[in-house]
Amino acid sequence: MKTRTANRHFRDSLKSISRNGWMTFASVSAVTVTLLLVGVFVMIMMNLNKIADDLERDVEIKVIVELTADEASITALEEEIKNTPGVAEVQYSPKEDELNKLVMDFGEDLRLFEQQNPLHNVFYAKAANPQETEQVAKKIDRLDNTFEVKYGEGKIERLFSFLNTSRNVGLVLILALLFTAMFLISNTIRITIVARRRDIEIMKLVGATNWFIRIPFILEGMWLGILGAIIPITLVTTLYYNIHKVVAPKLAQGNLFELLDFSPFIYQVNALILLMGVLIGVWGSFMSVRKFLRV
Amino acid sequence: MIEMKNVYKKYPNGIVAANGIDVEIKQGEFVYVVGPSGAGKSTFIKMMYREERPTSGDIFINGTNLSTLKNSKVPYLRRQIGVVFQDFKLLPRLNVYENVAFALEVIEETPKVIRNRVMEVLELVGLKHKARMFPTELSGGEQQRVSIARSIVNTPKLVIADEPTGNLDPDTSWEIMNIFEEINARGTTIIMATHNREIVNTIRHRVIVVEGGLITRDEDKGEYGYEN
Repeated sequence: MKTRTANRHFRDSLKSISRNGWMTFASVSAVTVTLLLVGVFVMIMMNLNKIADDLERDVEIKVIVELTADEASITALEEEIKNTPGVAEVQYSPKEDELNKLVMDFGEDLRLFEQQNPLHNVFYAKAANPQETEQVAKKIDRLDNTFEVKYGEGKIERLFSFLNTSRNVGLVLILALLFTAMFLISNTIRITIVARRRDIEIMKLVGATNWFIRIPFILEGMWLGILGAIIPITLVTTLYYNIHKVVAPKLAQGNLFELLDFSPFIYQVNALILLMGVLIGVWGSFMSVRKFLRV
Repeated sequence: MIEMKNVYKKYPNGIVAANGIDVEIKQGEFVYVVGPSGAGKSTFIKMMYREERPTSGDIFINGTNLSTLKNSKVPYLRRQIGVVFQDFKLLPRLNVYENVAFALEVIEETPKVIRNRVMEVLELVGLKHKARMFPTELSGGEQQRVSIARSIVNTPKLVIADEPTGNLDPDTSWEIMNIFEEINARGTTIIMATHNREIVNTIRHRVIVVEGGLITRDEDKGEYGYEN
């Protein structure tokens, strides 16, 4: 294809956008509504996912060391825990620190125990994959000099199964929404092209090749997608900016979980919205023109 | 230039529109195709630019066998043939200039050549001053002249017209015929299906009569010659 033909297709697609005023408006509105839905939904799902990740990351394994273990065996145990497959990090907390924590939580009275500290030395370990906490904990339990290994047995299983279910439900919902969006938008575009099936027939009779007819339509679909993405991108960005401004400081106090940072998250969502708009526009046009090219 | 050998066409609904047509048309001829409605005139014409394919038999245009021509090559065949339709077939969203230019854009001409050629043929059909108007703003005769301008803008050796005056009043029909005469005088072959007895009997050319899917008469400088 020659450059001037490419230029011609480019101009032709823009001309079509403006000369088919109402059809353009109808398609762009459909794209706008669906992309807005997709954008808001993706925004919510990604944040819920982030919160789920944060919750998971808080799960740790508490390894209580035998009272009889001497310094050398404690160091050895630390090594062994570190070398256990699936362990991401290990933190040692001697019994003095453990007592301090209790004093902080329950008051100065407990300082009495400083004379003779009844607590155990403790290791805090985290699994590389939080979902494997149970298996990792059981492996650590088998090591020498461990008195007890705790990991919130029972509770974390329920947490994980809840998080997994909500993730899957979210994924299914997003896919369903994407599918609906594809269907809705490509149908609207199809209607605008059906209105021009006679044009396509005429172009073929005048000697235009299929690609010569197809390319302006595909470009037009691309413009429809881009135009339809403008409002969703603006709204989603403003919305998230404000939500983030209000909610993030409140969550920061609890430091259990946080929202996704404004950047780069919002740019990723915007890129996704734009990409989807373009893909659906192009795909919709391509499929619709295809039907009428067999003259 | 055009050769049909034993061409037979049966539509899926069982109608036989061509029942063994043999014909030869030479470069530079002006041929009327006449005959009653439903006798196979349109099919005869449509097979020449491959809007319809014969069920059997061969059609040669400039040595190309249309029966074996691949679908992907059809656009290149149509570029060698200018077609004028009874219902004009103009693109409604393009103005007069753009409609005519379209035939040159598909063959990827340079913008300069396109501009010159389009203005030239619009001058020929007398519509230079209406180049920026849209088809809906024109009368039937003017639309037909745009359609003719588009068919000749890439200087084809063959122009096919399917009842080009069918929707026009007598005065406009004569104007259209003058344009065809002028194109023919420049050496372009013209094949024209028509129901217009007056035109056929006044501007004498070769007449091919199609009846019942067969050529029943073929004479030079012939007459319309049957009642309809």
